[in-house]
Amino acid sequence: MDDLAAAFGQAASLLLGFDAELIEIIGLSLRVSFMAVGLAALLGLPLGAAVALYRFPGRTLLGALLNAFMGLPPVVVGLVVYLMLSRAGPLGALGLLFTPGAMILAQCLLVLPIVAALSAQIVADLNEEYNEQLHSFAAGPLQRLATLVWDGRFSLMTAILAGFGRAIAEVGAVMIVGGNIAHSTRVMTTAIALETSKGNLALALGLGIVLIALALAVNFAALALRDAARPRYG
Amino acid sequence: MAEPAIETSSILPLRLESVSYEASGKRLIDGVTFDLRAGTRSVILGPNGAGKSLLLRLCHGLIRPSAGNVSWAAASGVAVPYRQAMVFQRPVLLRRSVAANVAYPLRLRRTPARERHARVEEALSRAGLSALAGRAARSLSGGEQQRLAIARAWVMRPEVLFLDEPTANLDPAAARAIESLIDGVHASGAKIVMTTHDLGQARRLADEILFLHRGHLLERADAATFFTKPKTAEASAFLKGDLSW
Repeated sequence: MDDLAAAFGQAASLLLGFDAELIEIIGLSLRVSFMAVGLAALLGLPLGAAVALYRFPGRTLLGALLNAFMGLPPVVVGLVVYLMLSRAGPLGALGLLFTPGAMILAQCLLVLPIVAALSAQIVADLNEEYNEQLHSFAAGPLQRLATLVWDGRFSLMTAILAGFGRAIAEVGAVMIVGGNIAHSTRVMTTAIALETSKGNLALALGLGIVLIALALAVNFAALALRDAARPRYG
Repeated sequence: MAEPAIETSSILPLRLESVSYEASGKRLIDGVTFDLRAGTRSVILGPNGAGKSLLLRLCHGLIRPSAGNVSWAAASGVAVPYRQAMVFQRPVLLRRSVAANVAYPLRLRRTPARERHARVEEALSRAGLSALAGRAARSLSGGEQQRLAIARAWVMRPEVLFLDEPTANLDPAAARAIESLIDGVHASGAKIVMTTHDLGQARRLADEILFLHRGHLLERADAATFFTKPKTAEASAFLKGDLSW
């Protein structure tokens, strides 16, 4: 109990004190996860929509893989990205290992299946409703995809938020490919893991509370945006 | 009557030849042959389950016949799908504003913005929806939604407008508004092909009747003839059902 109370105290003093190191860590966490989710959305929305709408060889397999990979273990993804980016790996020349770039790549791979699989479901449901009308309008395949993604944008936001939740919360992948280097690749989750292993439980928990508050704030902001826009478009 | 300009490059008549449609082993449309010419309002009439909606979808090309042929008289190179439109029993409205819904088919056709705005405005005003242009389409009442669906079809200036039971879910006042809108579309030169099970509506709107019963086209006649001298027992029974109401 003392630990919990101390943790809230720590969290408050961390935030109110504008601790420079904490701000840096929060900044990197947000930057890495936003970039990763942005990339994953850019690739995952069209990919999911394509799986939902188009017939192509391997479509069923791809759909099944996306669904299965929603639960990819972060450490495994981290390990694979580590192997790719290590000096001897195929992408070793990029020199990305132990940089935020590597962390973005790893989180993007984690989030991509989530965004794509949920998008596929959302787009398929909406297509069910729109199908005959779009057929009647003689909409082409790309026009159909664009229409469904645009009209489904409020639901698709939920898919993106799910991806963001996954990215901001995972520790395994960023730990392996980032290395938790202070002032360079240390993010909220790796800092929590470090403080816990050092026995600074109150500080670790305080960081945890800040992390949860961050995730909540991002979700609230996104949902508020959605609710403000939705009445105009139904 | 169609304007000469439309006449010269018309996609009509539409010809159905021995068209059948089967789903899960049941023959729902059975060997139907007819053609639809420009100008008239053709009403496909029949009881529920006669296959009216299926027949309309076959004409519009939303489904393919299991046997037989559906063909338009269009010269090769004419974009037949762009020359026709359909209004469904339950309007499918995009999650956009009223005006954006009407603009949508023109966007698909890459109509230049200036012309698009003018046509959207015209279609909205004809449908009496100008005041609602900025509203979310799906927040409209049932009657307004169906008027919007017709405005959205009209804005494409289709040569043929298919309507599937366009007033089935509406109260009489809203239904009358839809009917006068359909009259307007017809007056502007479009061929009307609609289904209904409502005899009153068929009497008010039809130039000719195609009477469908259990997937068979039993009768085709101009409206006056059909309503006074139906040739088949089924049509007589259907018309009598109306009288007993």
